[in-house]
Amino acid sequence: MQRFIRRLFVDRFANPILSTLEDAALVSLDGDHLAFTTDSYVIKPLKFPGGDIGKLSVCGTVNDLVVMGARPLYLSVGFILEEGLKLDLLERIVTSTAETAIIAGVQIVTGDTKVVPRGECDGVFINTSGIGVIPLGKGLSDSPFASGDAILISGTVGDHGIAVLSAREELQFQTNVDSDCAPLNDLIFSVLSVSSAVKWMRDPTRGGVAAVLSEMVESKPYGALIYEADIPVRDDVSAVCELLGFDPLHLANEGKVVMVVEADEVNHVLQLLRNHPLGRAAAIIGHITGEGAGYVHVQTAVGGVRRLQRPAGELLPRIC
Amino acid sequence: MKALSRFRDADTVHHIATEIRRLALDRPVRFMEVCGGHTAVIYRSALTDLLPEEVQLLSGPGCPVCVTGNDFIDQAVALAELPEITIATFGDLVRVPGSTRSLTDVRACGCDIQVFYSPMDALTWALKHPDRTVVFLGLGFETTACTLAATLAECVRSEIHNFRFLSSLKTMPPALRALLSSQKVAIDGFILPGHVITVTGLEVFQFIAREFSIPSVVSGFEPSDLMEALLMLCRQIKQDHAEVENQYRRVVRYTGNPQAQALIEKMFEPCDMQWRGFGAIPLSGLKLRPQFSCWDAENIPVEVEPTREHPGCRCGEVLCGIIHPSECTLFGSVCTPETPLGACMVSAEGACAAVYHFAPLSEKV
Repeated sequence: MQRFIRRLFVDRFANPILSTLEDAALVSLDGDHLAFTTDSYVIKPLKFPGGDIGKLSVCGTVNDLVVMGARPLYLSVGFILEEGLKLDLLERIVTSTAETAIIAGVQIVTGDTKVVPRGECDGVFINTSGIGVIPLGKGLSDSPFASGDAILISGTVGDHGIAVLSAREELQFQTNVDSDCAPLNDLIFSVLSVSSAVKWMRDPTRGGVAAVLSEMVESKPYGALIYEADIPVRDDVSAVCELLGFDPLHLANEGKVVMVVEADEVNHVLQLLRNHPLGRAAAIIGHITGEGAGYVHVQTAVGGVRRLQRPAGELLPRIC
Repeated sequence: MKALSRFRDADTVHHIATEIRRLALDRPVRFMEVCGGHTAVIYRSALTDLLPEEVQLLSGPGCPVCVTGNDFIDQAVALAELPEITIATFGDLVRVPGSTRSLTDVRACGCDIQVFYSPMDALTWALKHPDRTVVFLGLGFETTACTLAATLAECVRSEIHNFRFLSSLKTMPPALRALLSSQKVAIDGFILPGHVITVTGLEVFQFIAREFSIPSVVSGFEPSDLMEALLMLCRQIKQDHAEVENQYRRVVRYTGNPQAQALIEKMFEPCDMQWRGFGAIPLSGLKLRPQFSCWDAENIPVEVEPTREHPGCRCGEVLCGIIHPSECTLFGSVCTPETPLGACMVSAEGACAAVYHFAPLSEKV
């Protein structure tokens, strides 16, 4: 997909800001450092345990700004509605969107609505774009990665992926897992406001932790080693993954952040995360390495070392 | 999964590995596993890192997707293109390339392909969509055969007629006999498939010891199960002894599951079957008995393209343990999980995919 995006879009739109393909574009305007991002939400089903497409559309875009070190300020929202969509469902989604924006501290300042004939979209598609400002002196560290830098995650992995899968008809299983969908600005700024040791952040959405870590090291002069035994996973998420043959590291998360932190400061940052309600299960899961440049390796629970599989395409349950 | 945690305990696994080293085998030995589930655990846990150099592991014909030829995919694709047909399938199969196309390719053109974890879920879907004829792609070994048999029995009992089975079910003992008889590759022992033998019992695998004097051990699927099975194999080697042992005693009985065996026997009959890497193996497959022919998708008239295999694909040799995946010139260059040319690179339990995804850089060619 990355190669496809580069070939089709990046090469044609041709500018140095876009070519970095970060979660948000960093731009300067009259001395202010801004972050600007957009995302489209086509999730199915529209409602899932712990959230809905409206809540997701705010959290996803807010989090893309926050992981670049920006305080999110304003969102736009575009709704594409399928003819025949039940009005009460739409009202619940819009209410959820509004409530989430309030919780996230952002204002939805412009929007658009289109209706398409029945069958031409899955109920509702939403696009949100967002602008945030990078506070002076309180962003990410600009130090390059160094061997030994710690990799942290703010909580358990795979909750959103399993919650959404459990709500789909064709894979019938029951769990008590709710999506972790949440805006991360409060959590992240509780760290950035007192620590300058965070070098990099990403929210591990589609493709999970495996995707963001693989992208982090791709073509770089460093690698990463993570410890399977230290990755926080809920027992019920783990059980579903065992049954269906999924790797929790490949599952989507909508309320988690992965960070790279200077080795000397990792315990301080870990405690800051754990002090916050969204970060109670935060854990150190690995570190940056000089060896294995360009790849992520996993020390398995029994002590072997394997490479981290890059997620590819649709999640498919195993056969037997 | 707290109940399984003791079978994943690192100290236990290391202790068993130490016992293997203490045996100090005086020659290299090659043990073949014949279950995709074992392939996956070995690579995901990186178990080979813990073994002494003289113990080498081979992957055999244990991945049901991998041992199924292009002809089955081609037939499924042709059926998918019939307007009234919904193809119901297990997950891995949708991306396996046929002679020219995969199910994913035809799904993108509007064909109805649905992925299910269980054939019973597909039957429930069929009941909700009486206007569709659902064809379930029945691919697997004995473990899958009993779930398909149960589903077919339910179709018969409830007189559900918009459901068909396209069977590519295979049975392990004939394939292992063919592998040993061919002498294509030197094998010093087998790690036998724990879930297949949960159904079949151990007796049908006794020929491995009695006729070929090869040690074998039925193994469970946790890291300590596999490590213990390897220890048991090494002890047999050390004692110059061959028998079929059962490491997976908490699940597998010597007689297997007689009820499952009876149901398979009632609904299916043995037939000759094509295996990738082996060609046709007599009486190594299962097809619907004639009295259930109205549920047999083989009876749906459809034109299927002539079968072609990719000229450079060496999946067959990988499946027999003749070559390591990295010895195929297409591996990792032309043939990748994103652009697979053979089934072994697609399935989550295929040897090529396992090496591509999991082998540490130091092992990659």
